[in-house]
Amino acid sequence: MDRDNGSGGPSTPSGPTARLRRRKGSTEVAPEVETNGDRLLLNDRNKYKSMLIRTYSTVWMIGGFVSIIYLGHLYIWGMVVVIQIFMAKELFNLLRKAHEDRQLPGFRLLNWHFFFTVMLFVYGRILSQRLVNTVTMDKFLYKLVGRLIKYHMVTCYFLYIAGFMWFILTLKKKMYKYQFSQYAWTHMILIVVFTQSAFTVANIFEGIFWFLLPASLIVINDIAAYIFGFFFGRTPLIKLSPKKTWEGFIGASFATMISAFVLANVMGRFQWLTCPRKDLSTGWLECDPGSLFKPEYYTVPQWFPEWFPWREISILPVQWHALCLGLFASIIAPFGGFFASGFKRAFKIKDFGDSIPGHGGITDRMDCQMVMAVFAYIYHQSFIVPQSLSIEMIMDQILMNLTFEEQRALYTKLGQIIMEKQFGES
Amino acid sequence: MRQKEQSPPPSPFTPPSARLRHRKHTKSQEVFPDVSKLNGGSNLLVDDQNKYRSMWVRTLSSFWMLGGVILILYLGHLYICAMVVVIQILMAAELFHLRRIVHESKRLPGFWLINWYFFFTAMLYVYGRILRQHLVNTVTSDKFFCKLVNGLFKYHMVICYFLYIAGVMWFILTLKKRMYKYQFGQYAWTHMILIVVFTQSSFTVANIFEGIFWFILPASLIAINDVAAYFFGFFFGRTPLIKLSPKKTWEGFIGGSFATVLFAFMLANILGQFRWMTCPRKDLSTGWLHCDPGPLFKLEYYPFPNNIAELLPWKGMWISPVQWHALWLGLFASIIAPFGGFFASGLKRAFKIKDFGDSIPGHGGFTDRMDCQMVMAIFAYIYFQSFVLAPGSSVEMILDQIERSLSHEEQQKLYAMLGQIFQDQKYGYM
Repeated sequence: MDRDNGSGGPSTPSGPTARLRRRKGSTEVAPEVETNGDRLLLNDRNKYKSMLIRTYSTVWMIGGFVSIIYLGHLYIWGMVVVIQIFMAKELFNLLRKAHEDRQLPGFRLLNWHFFFTVMLFVYGRILSQRLVNTVTMDKFLYKLVGRLIKYHMVTCYFLYIAGFMWFILTLKKKMYKYQFSQYAWTHMILIVVFTQSAFTVANIFEGIFWFLLPASLIVINDIAAYIFGFFFGRTPLIKLSPKKTWEGFIGASFATMISAFVLANVMGRFQWLTCPRKDLSTGWLECDPGSLFKPEYYTVPQWFPEWFPWREISILPVQWHALCLGLFASIIAPFGGFFASGFKRAFKIKDFGDSIPGHGGITDRMDCQMVMAVFAYIYHQSFIVPQSLSIEMIMDQILMNLTFEEQRALYTKLGQIIMEKQFGES
Repeated sequence: MRQKEQSPPPSPFTPPSARLRHRKHTKSQEVFPDVSKLNGGSNLLVDDQNKYRSMWVRTLSSFWMLGGVILILYLGHLYICAMVVVIQILMAAELFHLRRIVHESKRLPGFWLINWYFFFTAMLYVYGRILRQHLVNTVTSDKFFCKLVNGLFKYHMVICYFLYIAGVMWFILTLKKRMYKYQFGQYAWTHMILIVVFTQSSFTVANIFEGIFWFILPASLIAINDVAAYFFGFFFGRTPLIKLSPKKTWEGFIGGSFATVLFAFMLANILGQFRWMTCPRKDLSTGWLHCDPGPLFKLEYYPFPNNIAELLPWKGMWISPVQWHALWLGLFASIIAPFGGFFASGLKRAFKIKDFGDSIPGHGGFTDRMDCQMVMAIFAYIYFQSFVLAPGSSVEMILDQIERSLSHEEQQKLYAMLGQIFQDQKYGYM
């Protein structure tokens, strides 16, 4: 989930202020007013220093990210949870006013109570089936888990209601407005943070490919937009982010789509990335990748130049899907960044936090990723999944949603239905 | 949706204004008035005349509302859903408007359109999900519609998502300098409103199609709780309950709880005997319903133990299992649902508004009526899904799917695969 230091701003309008703006490497938003062009020498040194800091953090982030991918689904999930906690912490802190907060001890606790309730609810829903599949061997655990899942919704609801009642009972005179605003703010944060992470986790367990590809496309889009803007940028794109340009935007779109096509090919060849994980184990994965990842061979048309080394290209069907993802990542996902920029301007904040040196807070890194993660999940559910056989889907449902006894009951009844049909037809 | 005009916001606790508060509050809140009546000072005569008039206005609107609800119940599931949708639209309109008044909206023409755009997107998404199966069942007879509907539902999520994204992009492109904070505030407010309004209405609609019983029982319990707490507070109320709603008392609360639980028990018995109420509706038709109500609604006879039987004229009682569930619903309605009312009161105080609207004379706006209902509807749905829904039903659902979407050969294939898996499992365990 890292963005390259390049996104410190694809730069734009010419003039001394342009270089200054670029050099303030720590936000993705143009700092408000920089018109002093006379301290260029000093700023040069600062520019290199800040770019170095950015590069360091970027390299660390990429390194950490790659090792987590290598470790597997469960660890990626762990990483997502950790990122979430940091994002929520940044955002909770953002609009809190220290003065009012002193009069309300324990109010922060309420935020975290809601946070953990929602976490229990969301991950319980997504991972309940996989948890069941993990413990099928142990009869006792299986029963325990089954019972927990059955009452999962009620448990989470009562936890939420307890938080709700706690909130009402701690309403203090003259602090009503502040407390209600904080309550609404908490809800908005939790929704934003958990929607995208829930969808991310759902994607991960469908196959790391569906998590890695969208995330990489966002990073590539950022870097490409920066580079194109650096060399060709002239026309400003939107008032919210004055450093973005149309040239950067369009160039990045092309680059993103091409890299989507290529990357899907590269990633699709690894079973580690394409296989779904049906339980919570961490070992190696093997599966039949499905028709989506089987290469199809196309002969290169005649008009291709002679020096082109391959006469035959293998294309995985998934690459066409990757094109759609690339299109979305380049055209619509940047609006997540604009939204965050507008938000920061509205509340006059520079960064969401400062956990990452040179980049700002974690939310600054994640704003476009959030939009993309939701889209990737919805795209996957609508266009990828139904292409598999219906038998597979129903089989999955049977294995995942029913207990042993229910499966046996279904089996018997199905047998009866088939018998009746056969007799009816003969 | 104007605010109520007769009120300079009261400073809640000074005695001389208590009477003023009383007169104003009888008109504008569903919260039980009248503890202050016991403490009222002089001027009782003036008090009395206005009190009776405002109570008359309230009673009149209550009867109209009750009559309307009964009529809709008689007409059926689809009309109840329509009523829920209409109430939703009115609530959303009140709440959207409220924020605009609290922080006046000026130089942003067309901004309110975005609110309604998100509203209809949310409506499409929520009702599409809930009524998907019912819609499919309605059009199974017509091949063309069947295909059309199935095709639409396959891409339902994507369609709603892109509608939402288009709304977000529209929002971002209309951000105006120096209005950022206001616009973001409106955006957040819109989302909160839609979440609050749609969560409860979607659960309500889901409950309705499981059987009108699961809609009418929780709703009545809230109304009964209100009325009972009012009367108990009227006659016995002395100790204030919570600072947020100064007219509520502990006596009203506890008395109301007992009455609600008792009523829940009896009402479940009465309502459970009507097929119209207890049968689930699987499609969107409006005709009469026949079904086997299931063991939940079957009355069983419990004879009283001998010593009690001698004292009472009845020898035993007919009780259906659903009445025990109703007890839990009653308990929730009396103890936890009032917090919805407290929340709304706190919200009104925080933003210094008197009522959410004034559509209903004597009661305020729709949101004033619905605040406790919202909490209850969600609980009723969750309770139903967790404790009432028979465990065999998921087997039924999957069997339905199998019969509908797989061809005969595919069904046989599935059967064979299942058999194989069971064999493997058997050997795996041995």
